[in-house]
Amino acid sequence: MARIIVVTSGKGGVGKTTTSASFAAGLAKAGHKTVVIDFDVGLRNLDLIMGCERRVVYDFVNVINGDANLNQALIKDKRIDTLYVLPASQTRDKDALTQEGVRQVLEELSKSFDYIVCDSPAGIERGALLAAYHADDAIIVTNPEVSSVRDSDRIIGILSSKTRRAERNEEPITVKLLLARYAPARVQKGEMLSVEDVCEILAIDLLGVVPESKSVLSASNAGIPVILDADSDAGQAYEDAVARFLGEDRPHRFLSEKKGLLGRLFGS
Amino acid sequence: MSFLNYFRPQNKNTAQVAKERLQIIVTHERSPRGGPDYLPLLKEELLLVIRKYVQVDPGAVRMQLDRDGDRAVLELNVTLPERETGRED
Repeated sequence: MARIIVVTSGKGGVGKTTTSASFAAGLAKAGHKTVVIDFDVGLRNLDLIMGCERRVVYDFVNVINGDANLNQALIKDKRIDTLYVLPASQTRDKDALTQEGVRQVLEELSKSFDYIVCDSPAGIERGALLAAYHADDAIIVTNPEVSSVRDSDRIIGILSSKTRRAERNEEPITVKLLLARYAPARVQKGEMLSVEDVCEILAIDLLGVVPESKSVLSASNAGIPVILDADSDAGQAYEDAVARFLGEDRPHRFLSEKKGLLGRLFGS
Repeated sequence: MSFLNYFRPQNKNTAQVAKERLQIIVTHERSPRGGPDYLPLLKEELLLVIRKYVQVDPGAVRMQLDRDGDRAVLELNVTLPERETGRED
């Protein structure tokens, strides 16, 4: 049985797809057979971030409709051989994903994968609910900014009632915070919510803090999950988050400003 | 206010402001969370019962569940229209 992880946030543009791609790549790199699914029907982007956009032949909706089988639609990553991508459809039909169809696909994937990472669309509509419904774990991607934190709180509320685990009165879904685009220097100046502030407001466990980093854009430009850029701060932060997810105890890094030579000489 | 203040950087801690605003709005929006799932349905059915006797609009019924330690208080607040508070016989 696979463990199903939903990466969600409510708000758009906070880093769900970046996180899904890196998380899936991290899990796969750690030796777990992992598939990452794009649930954003109509606005497919995971394929670009994973760098496999030209290899998409069939998609999630084709599989649900029976036009293709899973093996035809799954794209095997060229860098990590335990990593697969199931792209979203570009159809404009909002009802293309059905509850039953999603259930069947996840059930079949569960037989052969260790982890299924569901990249949720923004919002709290059908696509987001379907992405979260079967999840065992949720990663809430949040930016240290008021609208993102508020939307995260809404999503956490929805997860506690609208998932399979909640409906069946099973052990609740685990919910963890991934704080992205963190700028320690601005936090120090009192210009940005701190990681402690966000944790206090949302009252969920912290999985990781990813610093604001140029490497995220460079990685997406190149179609490489940023976690594979092992020299970058963001890549290392994702690496830590995946290790923590897998049960390792790692201290949080990148919570304070990197000081240059002048900074070190003159203090702050 | 001295003239020199004009040149000092405004040391406003906007993060603190953000935190306080978020705490208020999040607590407000969270209130149904943790409450029983039947709350919205209960509200709807109560509204139907009330409407059998008095025409009130949905916004006139406010329901709030407050928790105080291990005690929960369900507060129901119905604003009746002025004319129809009494029944005409």
